[in-house]
Amino acid sequence: MIWSKYSAPQAFYPLAGRLIPWFATVAVILMVVGLYMGFFVAPTDFQQGESYRIIFVHVPAAWMSMFLYVVMAVWAGVGMGLNARLSFMMAQAIAPTGAMFTFLALLTGAMWGKPTWGAWWVWDARLTSELILLFQYAGVMLLRTSIDDLRRADRSSAVFALVGVVNVPIIYYSVQWWNTLHQGASVSMATGSKMAATMLMAMLIMTIAFWMYSIAVILARVRCVMVERESLSTWDEKAAAMPQAVEAR
Amino acid sequence: MSDSSMWVSISGIIRRDLLLAMRRWSDAAMSVFFLVIVVSLFPLGVGPEPAVLRTIAPGVLWVAALLTCLLSLARVFTPDYLDGVLEQMVLVPQPLSLLVLGKVLAHWVISGLPVVLLSPLLGLQFGLEGEALGVLVLSLLLGTPTLSMIGAIGAALVLGVRGSGLLVALLVLPLYVPVLIFGAGAVTSSMAGIGGEANLSLLGACLVLSLFLAPWATAAALRIALE
Repeated sequence: MIWSKYSAPQAFYPLAGRLIPWFATVAVILMVVGLYMGFFVAPTDFQQGESYRIIFVHVPAAWMSMFLYVVMAVWAGVGMGLNARLSFMMAQAIAPTGAMFTFLALLTGAMWGKPTWGAWWVWDARLTSELILLFQYAGVMLLRTSIDDLRRADRSSAVFALVGVVNVPIIYYSVQWWNTLHQGASVSMATGSKMAATMLMAMLIMTIAFWMYSIAVILARVRCVMVERESLSTWDEKAAAMPQAVEAR
Repeated sequence: MSDSSMWVSISGIIRRDLLLAMRRWSDAAMSVFFLVIVVSLFPLGVGPEPAVLRTIAPGVLWVAALLTCLLSLARVFTPDYLDGVLEQMVLVPQPLSLLVLGKVLAHWVISGLPVVLLSPLLGLQFGLEGEALGVLVLSLLLGTPTLSMIGAIGAALVLGVRGSGLLVALLVLPLYVPVLIFGAGAVTSSMAGIGGEANLSLLGACLVLSLFLAPWATAAALRIALE
């Protein structure tokens, strides 16, 4: 099996089609398990009561928002370096999902902030930098749609995405660098977790669920991007006619 | 390439851009008047309460400086793009990032330096005094070159794109936020008596980082635009 053959959209299109149902199924199962553990199994927090339970959506969404930006920038960088069409298509497909998770993190953060801090929104470093991340996603998408020439649109938004990577470590370390209202990290590689085991387990399951969801949605979107860009050229029909490309759905 | 020829190419670009700006001095004058008018609107809108004005002064002056820089960004590359000079700059043997550095420095002298020089006067209008006024000037002196550097990336990305005026604002303003926070923060903390050194150091770090990375990213964006 030569994996590099999948860098061609013709080969990747049917592969993506076959992978989507698997990732989507795993995402749904893990989301149900994670939410059940988060809402019914995990113990009540001794300080914040029941309101803390939104952490099972909030923290995974925030992680995904930063992670997807880095992945988008990596695809953009690979596209610039190797001049690969598929890399730019992946970067284009990732942006809306990343923006959605950024918005979800801000929304759930506001819903969590109201009962614990007494305010929907405070202008502290982490909230502000996450908001800037949302603007950056918007910038990447708007820059792409404003430029008619496809090649220039790809490469210009790639440069902007790469410049914006500077913001990701700022968001991640903002709770350590500045004295903020936002609580510090509950989970870290160096010191381990400060949470109960079931809480941590539910959060990790939700993170993997969001991750699988992202892969499924991004693969579905990248297929749309391919069809849109290649205007359903002959390879698509040929690929659909091949027996192994028949989709499991 | 030797150091002397590097310096010759940068200073040549700077001299050329400054000369062009002097021939069309009304462009530069417009951004200065824009700054003064924007800053003067706030006391009219918020009310002439001296305590309130002193509190909002760092933020207002910094936001006004940021908008002034933003509005003048279209002048960095567009004229050269339209008359074909930019294409020649890509073709010459000198590295494009060096020429870009020269153009950005010239842009700062035209649109950033007047802001720095005017800021003590505008600060006085808002009741800033003594040390805070000095920190305001110093923060703008460290911060406005960074604004020009980051802005040049945006200006190069939207070169010749429809709706580029709004688009460049959407791209560049989020990236300006750290500079705004550190710049206004330096003045605010010196007014609070804890000294602005920490924020000024961070501004200096932003400047060094942008001097190092921005010309390179701008040159890449220019090459893409001129393909």
